[in-house]
Amino acid sequence: MRALFALLALVLLGAARDPILVPEVSQHEIQVRQGFTGTDLLLFGAILDPSGTRAGRDYDIVVVLKGPTEPIRLREKQKIAGIWINADSTAFRSAPSFFAVASSRPIGQIVDERTAAIYELGLNWLQLSPIGAIDPEEQTRFSSGLVDLRQRQGLYSENSKGVVVNEQVLYQARISLPSSVQTGTYTAETFAITKGRVVASATAKVEVRKIGFERFVAVFAQHESLLYGLLVVAVSVGMGWLAGRLFAMV
Amino acid sequence: MDVYLPIANLSVNGLVIVALGAITGILSGMFGVGGGFLTTPLLIFYGIPPTVAAASAASQVTGASVSGVFAYTRRNSVDYQMGGVMVAGGILGTGIGALLFNFLESIGQIDTVINILYVVLLGTIGGLMARESYQAIRATRGGAAPPPRKRRHHPIVASLPLRWRFYRSGLYISPLAPLLIGTGVGVLTTLMGVGGGFILVPAMLYILGMSANVVVGTSLFQILFVTMASTMMHSLTTKAVDIVLAVLLLLGSVTGAQIGSKLAGKFQPQKLRFILAVIVLAVALRMAFGLGFRPSEIYSVAPL
Repeated sequence: MRALFALLALVLLGAARDPILVPEVSQHEIQVRQGFTGTDLLLFGAILDPSGTRAGRDYDIVVVLKGPTEPIRLREKQKIAGIWINADSTAFRSAPSFFAVASSRPIGQIVDERTAAIYELGLNWLQLSPIGAIDPEEQTRFSSGLVDLRQRQGLYSENSKGVVVNEQVLYQARISLPSSVQTGTYTAETFAITKGRVVASATAKVEVRKIGFERFVAVFAQHESLLYGLLVVAVSVGMGWLAGRLFAMV
Repeated sequence: MDVYLPIANLSVNGLVIVALGAITGILSGMFGVGGGFLTTPLLIFYGIPPTVAAASAASQVTGASVSGVFAYTRRNSVDYQMGGVMVAGGILGTGIGALLFNFLESIGQIDTVINILYVVLLGTIGGLMARESYQAIRATRGGAAPPPRKRRHHPIVASLPLRWRFYRSGLYISPLAPLLIGTGVGVLTTLMGVGGGFILVPAMLYILGMSANVVVGTSLFQILFVTMASTMMHSLTTKAVDIVLAVLLLLGSVTGAQIGSKLAGKFQPQKLRFILAVIVLAVALRMAFGLGFRPSEIYSVAPL
């Protein structure tokens, strides 16, 4: 609220010609704990025009939520000697673990391809940074394979009706994250676009972290692997023994 | 009931996993096999990453075999000397298995190798078991008692140097034979997340020629220790053991194992073996189809 007032003050002073974007995210921290089945993230905010309190013009809003990037190897199965096995592979230096784009209209109607590529507006424009020289055709095949795979896993999405703009001032977009999201820092970028030009953009951060027991298990397994292994063995022997004892009494 | 698996990084229906553990537990109680050969494929089918499935399934077999080992110890039908040699081989095998696992994972062929191993091993064992039990059932129907099988070990076993006396098994053979068998089963345990009972029992009967009354007890003894070693190996190398997944599986399997052993008394042993053979063959067939048909996912992602 205070930020809004400050911006309003700025607006009244008439500092800039471009509109001002005030973004907000429903949760700045997503806690992955027992029973986590994924969550919905609400990205909302307002666009204000310096010359008036409301934008007055038609703006298109595009929201991009991007998870931490990671280097990956993508393998492709082919049928060899009657069975499907991994044959070809390629490596990407910066594949986002999560990528969701929501816009108020189809991206193709909002901006041209060049602008879309610059701002990564859409799954076609992911900057995956392939490692090593591979020919463009093969690269397209692999990146569309990755996009298709992760789209079906719910990790990548593109929704051309995902942003609702009210009265040319308020906008909101709902993006759902599945339970298999990676932990780390997510960035939510909002772009205000008019006449094919990005006139304002703003970034917000969302932290996804494991907490409590889930965090403890993940850290324990990673750093105290000997103890962790012993614990799992002890639990399995103990449960087997206990069941034997309980049933012997029945 | 949604349960989040902290190592597999996804949430599953806990009741489904417990039920899955119970099914394999009942099988293990009824047939004296660990049931790991069903758990790993079913977990992968359910959507658990293959590495986590193979790494976590072994602990379920540990739990299911504990009470069995106690029961057979009370009946004095475990050959500890033979079991000890096999466990030594088995621990060596889990080490080799872990190296193989990492190597195959780095070249991206671990899933294919696991699948092929399943098809070949389960297909062979299931086929042999089906034929043998079918003949046994027919022989009993015909009224004639099944001919007593001659107990003898394989000629290659007899040719190995350095002989030991294994009193309980009634054998005078080289310890190298059970050591090698143990090693082989250890490799499979780490790669496939199975206990290896379905290979161990026939190997002890037909290759070593052990006396039948100690075979199941000794095999459970070996499985108990080798699955423990495999869990340790996985938590040290792949770090893919999910304790929440393991506990859910254990909940089902330890109770299932008790129910299964009660049920087992109500059926004729050859009929039980025939049912098991059919289940084993069904899993092998399902896996074979998976290899031959175009999979739903052509692409797979591995961290670099």
